[in-house]
Amino acid sequence: MSQNIRFIQGNEVCVEAALYAGLNFFAGYPITPSTEIAEHLSLRLPQIKGRFIQMEDEIASVCAIIGASLTGHKVMTATSGPGFSLMQEGLGYAIMAEIPCVIINVQRGGPSTGLPTSVSQGDVGQALWGTHGDHAVIAMTASNHQDIFAMTVHAFNMAETYRTPVILLFDEVTGHMRERLVIPEPGEFPLVERLRTSVKEGVDYHPYLPREDGRLPMSDFGGKHRYNVTGLAHDMWGFPSNNPSVVQGLLRHLVDKINNNSHNITRYNEYEMEDARTVLISYGSSARSALHVVKNRRARGERIGLLELQTLWPFPFGLVRQKCADAKYIVVVEMNMGQILQPVRMAVDNPERVYLANRIDGVFITPTDIKNILRIIQGRGM
Amino acid sequence: MERCRLVFSGSGGQGVITAAVILAESAVLYEDLIAVQTQSYGPEARGGATRSDVIIADSEIYFPKVNQPNVLVCLTQEAYNKFYSIVRPGGLLITDTRFVKTWKKVDARQKELPMYQTIMEKIGKPIVFNIFMLGSLISMVDLVKPESIMKILETRIPSAFLEMNRQALRLGMELGAQFNY
Repeated sequence: MSQNIRFIQGNEVCVEAALYAGLNFFAGYPITPSTEIAEHLSLRLPQIKGRFIQMEDEIASVCAIIGASLTGHKVMTATSGPGFSLMQEGLGYAIMAEIPCVIINVQRGGPSTGLPTSVSQGDVGQALWGTHGDHAVIAMTASNHQDIFAMTVHAFNMAETYRTPVILLFDEVTGHMRERLVIPEPGEFPLVERLRTSVKEGVDYHPYLPREDGRLPMSDFGGKHRYNVTGLAHDMWGFPSNNPSVVQGLLRHLVDKINNNSHNITRYNEYEMEDARTVLISYGSSARSALHVVKNRRARGERIGLLELQTLWPFPFGLVRQKCADAKYIVVVEMNMGQILQPVRMAVDNPERVYLANRIDGVFITPTDIKNILRIIQGRGM
Repeated sequence: MERCRLVFSGSGGQGVITAAVILAESAVLYEDLIAVQTQSYGPEARGGATRSDVIIADSEIYFPKVNQPNVLVCLTQEAYNKFYSIVRPGGLLITDTRFVKTWKKVDARQKELPMYQTIMEKIGKPIVFNIFMLGSLISMVDLVKPESIMKILETRIPSAFLEMNRQALRLGMELGAQFNY
């Protein structure tokens, strides 16, 4: 047996990947179905001289990781819907103050405390517009253990590259399911480390002055340089400003640094897409049911394929438009009332081709559910 | 191998979920097979009928849950009442004589094994019920070798309890072999 093969839950995969990426500070408040992430990190982080703190609530958790990140650590918290709602204020602060962090939301049924133990993908829209004000976010997901590992590492890399929070949207099924994981060797995935300023101690450091390439070198807070960090609109010194041109420049920078780099952030899988007349679009655990349908129907000769989105925000409009160009039917498979359906409709020509195959009752969507909806869409009756 | 979909059901504390994890893990780590394990969460899994699904195959598994199991194991009456009808036609339904009174014919091989009774007579400790069940199962269905299960147990169980588990696995296999017709 290879030492690198493990048979573990998706939540544990996320822990292994975060440690691989260099996580050394976690603050959180355990909540079903994300609890195993906190549980395993409470064991693993002290072993590598990292810090694990169980906080009093999710507001404190997100604030703790923001503070730790500023001092130079790779940080993460994990929660589910109700906790993610509480974290929205901190999320907005991290966006505005440009502080790298990773927030994991293992989704369960909502709204409110909803269905604690049931699967859902109802927080996709919240990840984008849960916090107020114009902004852009990076949100990603995965459907199997190997991809959960890869996307978690990618999340840390994107957070460091763009100095922004990255949200990982897993769900109850991927979080609790056990399957094989081959742990990648060190070095197999490139890691992005914190870009630190070369400005010497005692010399003026401008924390919010982008380099030519748009990146902002950081200085570990409490270290060599004194500077200001605020959630208010701010200038290049980090001090509050309501100067219209400063505010305009700041907001453009916050949105453009993400939306203009969509090509670097976007990850996806495609299956049987070459000549597909029916294209299923799915993500997270529901992509497994969709893939089951695609493989079965392909074996019978139907021209059907799956586009599995792994990066949800910024939404890959160009990719979806291109992949769906020749499709007669486009069917979005998700466990909510159409939160990815809407951007797909915006992305493609002739949006009347776009249909929804969903389940919102806390039950994991099955291949049979999808097949029944396909029969209606394709005009074959029940 | 043919894709095998299993459902283990019983009540909390009988170790059905542990048994499912051990079986699937042994298939993945020592038999070079693909396996996925899921389990029911929530109020229905606490006190009521617990359930764990396992799929073992030699090709990729996409949909991770089991709708119609080839093998259904029911270790309590409640679990049997709730799940007996989902067994795949031509499949295998295993129940324990001490805990389950079957009352319905299903379109499957139905085997009522005195597992609990045998454990209490020969070992005297109900804690190895689940491992005994796994032994019976693998002697009736070609899934994994007993050595693979033992290797997993060696990583999970304090060495003082290993011998008892090994004995349970062997006795389970012997009992299963008697019923495998």
